[in-house]
Amino acid sequence: MNKGVAITGMGIISSIGDNVEENLNALKSVSHGISRIEFLETRQRDAIMVGEIKKTNEDFVKELGLDSDNSFSRTAMIGAIAAKEALKSANITDPDEYRTGFVSGTSVGGMDMTEQYYLGYHETKEYRRYIEAQHAGFTTQSISKYIGINGYVSTISTACSSAANAIMLGARLIKAGKIDRMVVGGTDALSKFTINGFGTLMILSDSACTPFDNNRKGLNLGEAAAYIVLESEDIVEKDNKEVLGRVSGWANANDAYHQTASSSNGEGAYLAMKEAMEIAGLSIDNIDYINAHGTATPNNDLSEGVAMTRIFGEDKVPVFSSTKAFTGHTLAAAGSVEAIYSILSIRENLIFPNLNFQTQMEEFDLIPQTKLISKNIKTVLSNSFGFGGNCSTLIFTK
Amino acid sequence: MAELREELKEKIIEQLSLEDVEVSEIGDDDSLFGDGLGLDSIDALELIVLLEKDYGIKLKDPKEGKAIFESIGVMADYIAKNRTK
Amino acid sequence: MSGCYINGIANISAQSTSDFDQFLDEIIAYKEVIFKSIDPDYKKYIKPAAMRRMSKSVKMGVTTSKMALASSGIEMPDAIITGTGMGCKQDSEKFLEKILYNDEQFLTPTLFIQSTHNTVGGQIALGLGCKSYNVTYVQGAASFETSLIDAQLMLSEAPKKNILVGGIDEIAKNSTLLHTLDGHIKQEDINVLELLESKTSGTVCSEGATFAVLGAEKQDHSLCRMMDVETRNIASPQDIKEDILALIEKQGLTLNDIDAVILGNNGDVSFDHYFENLQNSIFSNIEQLCYKHVIGEYHTASAFSYWLACKIFKVNNVPSILRVNNIEAKEYKNILLYNQYRAKNHSIALLQRC
Repeated sequence: MNKGVAITGMGIISSIGDNVEENLNALKSVSHGISRIEFLETRQRDAIMVGEIKKTNEDFVKELGLDSDNSFSRTAMIGAIAAKEALKSANITDPDEYRTGFVSGTSVGGMDMTEQYYLGYHETKEYRRYIEAQHAGFTTQSISKYIGINGYVSTISTACSSAANAIMLGARLIKAGKIDRMVVGGTDALSKFTINGFGTLMILSDSACTPFDNNRKGLNLGEAAAYIVLESEDIVEKDNKEVLGRVSGWANANDAYHQTASSSNGEGAYLAMKEAMEIAGLSIDNIDYINAHGTATPNNDLSEGVAMTRIFGEDKVPVFSSTKAFTGHTLAAAGSVEAIYSILSIRENLIFPNLNFQTQMEEFDLIPQTKLISKNIKTVLSNSFGFGGNCSTLIFTK
Repeated sequence: MAELREELKEKIIEQLSLEDVEVSEIGDDDSLFGDGLGLDSIDALELIVLLEKDYGIKLKDPKEGKAIFESIGVMADYIAKNRTK
Repeated sequence: MSGCYINGIANISAQSTSDFDQFLDEIIAYKEVIFKSIDPDYKKYIKPAAMRRMSKSVKMGVTTSKMALASSGIEMPDAIITGTGMGCKQDSEKFLEKILYNDEQFLTPTLFIQSTHNTVGGQIALGLGCKSYNVTYVQGAASFETSLIDAQLMLSEAPKKNILVGGIDEIAKNSTLLHTLDGHIKQEDINVLELLESKTSGTVCSEGATFAVLGAEKQDHSLCRMMDVETRNIASPQDIKEDILALIEKQGLTLNDIDAVILGNNGDVSFDHYFENLQNSIFSNIEQLCYKHVIGEYHTASAFSYWLACKIFKVNNVPSILRVNNIEAKEYKNILLYNQYRAKNHSIALLQRC
């Protein structure tokens, strides 16, 4: 078995909590974060349910100690909060002490500011500091500058698999010895752009989402940021670091089927899960739990379910659940949000439930885990899929 | 009705950017999806918005579109019966 | 240790570069601060049914990727890695404007699904039926180079792979124009060929695409070897100087071994000092070449300098319009590239004739 790359820190903010402990408590007490929209100005306010972080941008400015003329988008602010917690939990005070990189996944970056000020840039000078927010890389740089990482900085944008790919890249760079330490994950705030975009595809649910249910109506969008810290074996040994878990397997494949929809045989997902297990040196019997992508769209859950039955056999699919009914689908951040939930699963020996499930899907014999249970967990497989056929799988081990 | 059919053909060509297709090439009974005009699921969603925007017909479930968008003829009949503008 | 060879490359820019047999033989002198790339006949590369929804960046990306694959003799790559600063900005902008002007009503999906940054990479995969690794990097002026770093890493992990790597950016009508308001683009139109002497702040904006095929083994048709590439988010001019010297030393070379440098000067008086600091010191005895007064500036413009280096290795000659000092190398073995945009997203690379 591949020993994997050490995870030494994590930080998260989502609709179920402002930090790792709050997220864990919400998962353990089975209290979800799905509600009506309170802060974002949109016509769709009463049409959909979302996973909104119940804090205003002003709250974040204060919390981060930003100047009043800062150019942070909401996406950048929640990113900075999560990245800061990740560094703190890894006991990192000086990011420059080792060769440290930062890779953040985002789908629309600072779109929350762009859509707010786009029509006002010509008239109002004060808004113009947000013009650059239209570049996704600018969001990443706002965060990297805030946490003091100036070397290797990059942004991955592969829609809803972005953060998973960021974690994969971090693990590969460390394994190859190219860098000593990586802060990796993703961030996405709610925006009118994504709400209306997914709306045009008619895949937003007007009620709480129901992953893997036969009567599922679509997804709930959410907002979140989550980062994990990966460190080389040398640092772990030298600084006697506490290892929270390991990233042991990773793979990225493409469905090459349709610009947005997943194929009916789940080819991309199948290839990603298969290769990730090969890289981890694990067989199907070693997987204790699957944190599924499970967005609750008719298309995703069918495609992902088929891929799981192809890999494991319909009667041998491990215990699985989608945690999207807690947080909503946090787009580019989903991969790192669920990476942290996977690490918590391993640490706490708990399986977090797939909420709102009632009726088994007619296409196959798969029932997600619907109650919080204790189970000895050594290995978690986590899926993240996105537009453009992007399918990524990560495997976390004890 | 013939007028509505022609209007639909023009709108479909424009809305779906079918640059190489002429109105005269689309038969009233040709299937729009699959072997006919070759439209796909994204085009179906575009047509749902076209129904709402231009004819005041709102479909709740994208699955309803499948039968309505079978051909120009079927689509025109449906619009004539259900239009609110 | 495995190497990293460029086995095929193709480019679309504001000059006639899509034909690899030409080498800036005729130069178009643009007189505007925002100017478009020259469209090749996309129909030769993309089927009409597939093309109907494609914005310019997708067309440019798919076309250059096919050209690069053809020139490398590879039909199916083992990975597709795409860099873009702005992504599919045209469709993104149109969808945003519809949201804002129609009060979130009567929106259709096509613009939205084509708006994501990974549309180009996804469309290339879809067109080829390529189910392998597929990632899109969006890191301003370092978007292409961060893609190269991933490719280089992948070749060290799996030397048998052939990797398609590219950089694409397109102009979007209003979003690009916004940068005249925040000073990124110059306030007044200029003769772009005189961009480097402009003495004003801001630069110009254009668009283009470059795709290359990388492999770990040297082929008969390999264009050059990429010795190393690195990026740095924020750095002082002094940091950059040290980084460049360290990168050269790591390859067992000295400054004397560098035959030419290709620099990303873009005529922005506030930031070109990053280049001038090198031009007046460690590069003072080396042939210096610039290109943004010819093809313009955009986030993945630096990918053009890789195309340029490949051409120079091939023909052992440099169009005079690119020269900014009086030194001419006798032959070209090692070419160093350096780029930055507004003091951020620095990238350094060393290419070697093979």
